[in-house]
Amino acid sequence: MTVITYRDALNQALREELKRDDRVFLMGEEVAEYDGAYKVSRGLLKEFGPKRIVDTPIAELGFTGIGVGAAMVGLRPVIEMMTWNFALLAIDEIINTAAKIRYMSGGQIGCPIVFRGPGGSALQLGAQHSQSFEAWYSHVPGIKVVMPATPADAKGLLKAAIRDDDPVVFIEGEMLYNNKGEVPEGEYVTPLGKAEIKRAGDHLTIVCHGKAVAVALKAAEQLATEGVNADVVDLRTIRPLDTATVLESVRRTNRCVVVEEGWPFAGVGAQVVDLVQREAFDALDAPVIRVTGADVPMPYNKHLEKAAKADPAKVIAAAKQVLYLV
Amino acid sequence: MATKIVMEALSPTMEEGRLVEWKKNEGDPVAVGDVLAEVETDKAVMELVARAAGTLLKQLVPAGSTVPVSSPVGWIGAAGESVNGGAAPPQADGQTDRRSDGQTVRAPAPAATAPTAPAAPTPPAAPTPPAAPAPAAAPPAPAPAPPSPPSPPSSPSAPSSPSVRVKASPLARKIAADTGVSLQGVTGSGPEGRIIKRDLEAAGRSGGQAVAAAAAGPTVRPSGGAAFEDRPLTQIRKTIAKRLVQSIGPIPTFYLTSEIDMERVAEAREALNASAGDRGKVSFNDIILKACATALIQHPACNAWWQGDHIRIWHEVHLGMAVAVEDGLITPVIRNTERKSLREISAETRDLAGRARERKLKPEEYTGSTFSVSNLGMFDIEHFTAIINPPEGGILAVGSITPVPAVVNGTVEIRRRMRLTMSCDHRVIDGATGAQFLKTLKLLLENPLALVW
Repeated sequence: MTVITYRDALNQALREELKRDDRVFLMGEEVAEYDGAYKVSRGLLKEFGPKRIVDTPIAELGFTGIGVGAAMVGLRPVIEMMTWNFALLAIDEIINTAAKIRYMSGGQIGCPIVFRGPGGSALQLGAQHSQSFEAWYSHVPGIKVVMPATPADAKGLLKAAIRDDDPVVFIEGEMLYNNKGEVPEGEYVTPLGKAEIKRAGDHLTIVCHGKAVAVALKAAEQLATEGVNADVVDLRTIRPLDTATVLESVRRTNRCVVVEEGWPFAGVGAQVVDLVQREAFDALDAPVIRVTGADVPMPYNKHLEKAAKADPAKVIAAAKQVLYLV
Repeated sequence: MATKIVMEALSPTMEEGRLVEWKKNEGDPVAVGDVLAEVETDKAVMELVARAAGTLLKQLVPAGSTVPVSSPVGWIGAAGESVNGGAAPPQADGQTDRRSDGQTVRAPAPAATAPTAPAAPTPPAAPTPPAAPAPAAAPPAPAPAPPSPPSPPSSPSAPSSPSVRVKASPLARKIAADTGVSLQGVTGSGPEGRIIKRDLEAAGRSGGQAVAAAAAGPTVRPSGGAAFEDRPLTQIRKTIAKRLVQSIGPIPTFYLTSEIDMERVAEAREALNASAGDRGKVSFNDIILKACATALIQHPACNAWWQGDHIRIWHEVHLGMAVAVEDGLITPVIRNTERKSLREISAETRDLAGRARERKLKPEEYTGSTFSVSNLGMFDIEHFTAIINPPEGGILAVGSITPVPAVVNGTVEIRRRMRLTMSCDHRVIDGATGAQFLKTLKLLLENPLALVW
């Protein structure tokens, strides 16, 4: 096992899958000549040539539509969104074609495609470029939504997403690309729909995904110094949701905090709370508390942006609330 | 973050409390467990203690105010911290909270969610708190009618009507159901007095200090053998219960009266008191209590609780003794009366009655009785019927001891006689069962030497 960045883990997954299956190709803005806006596709053009690594004009709806069509006739496209903010222009192809075609063709036509790129906020990118859209996509039947939080998950989940026969929305994190971690070499596939307990504890459950996993782990570390052991459940796949792992944890700890980067209203956390109150009602000793981004367009101002984000201090405050320590 | 102080349910039936006196002033430091105020409940004067440490920031109500259970009465927090003077806790609206490190943190309650729902009107269906049984042994003479609950604060449907619903987390409810513990009377340490898991653990540790008597049972265990046994209801018993309730109301009561010759009790009492010295005198009532407990041990079917789906037969006698207090009555309990001597019973009744009038009884001292006795003899009431104190199956109404002409050995003599009337819950006690108990009681009182045999 070697220690590599999240970025290189994605690159490794792409390279291995491009090698393994010649139906796989990568398409998007700046993915070929420029090695990708975030260098995820570094070296791939040289290795696989311009028919497999395809630069496109700045025309998200167009190239997404081409990818969806290619998937419908048997290829396995990976469509890179420079960021998920730009995918708003392409969302009609994702929702109205990719997510629907298997159903509307009576099962005759599938759409094995991966839409991938960074989501969420970074630092001072402003209101239009600091958004979390996983709740939007996971709302739609017909799409799988995957959000790796670590380099190992980035590799294992991207390989599983490319091999999946249904459209997968794969949301990475710009602030995660430089994170390093141990990643198994060679064939390493992490099944979709499986959450992982990233840190074990018995006092409360913190459910999180994507960039919020690091926030939750940092909070858990701080809580441990105060004698509180948190079970940190990384959902990894938002849809299909791994209900069993979440419920097993909550039934063990009797209290739950849900952390996410996105907005509170109708967020992923709301879905988790629905699950927990319905299926683990008798296990709860406190209401489930959510920690989310602020319910505002992301401020550009540095201090306001910091205040608007879910951070470890807010998670610790929520944890103490469900533990009745405040 | 400041912690709200709420009026806690300090007795099993308390719906509101009068804050008699603040023991801490605004600005005083407080530790967990410190007495913040004295609160008069429907039964006694109790202590309201701090559930959080810090500084008493605010007294929301002045001394003398009557406040519904769960309503806020003050705030504890960091010295100098400003608190919202109203009823809502400061985090409820997601307002920012200035931390000591200077960092501004948004409270985790999501701002976009709906505000806390207003309290729904309480349905009037909540059960009336169990009334203490009828009359008692001191002025003023109460009528032997069911005492009305403490004056209702407003019309039953008014939104301000205090709710008697127990607030508990789902987990606490499940634990209570699984272990058979009642949540009534457990003090909740969560927001708004919510009972949470640790409160049940605490209640368990403190030996039922906070647990309702119905759950805690007697504190004294008999030497060997269980304190009671639960008998499942037979079909005939279920039918009797159903039919009789249809006939007469929730408790199908019938009455048995027996006239008892008290000559020998009077003689025994005079002899005892002549030599009592400063040990205190024995009253007729003490002797009746002793005889009653002895008879109940011989007739356990009369020493029983109606439990809805079964009958609990008690093998210990915890006698409730109705005592009139200002504006009402209360029934202190003499635990294990059957194992106490006349002198012990006498001392205990004097102590309990005295403290009952001063409203100084603790909840465990007036709950958990298995049978009750009400005495109006000192008011020259010859005969009356008393109201059963559920879940008990019976209560004994004691009339005056009066010289009357009686036939003794074929001749008419003037004898001191007393009439006892037993009210029986027919779901628990049948006519013959009650009659046999009364017959034993009569034999004991007419031959008081049998009490020491």
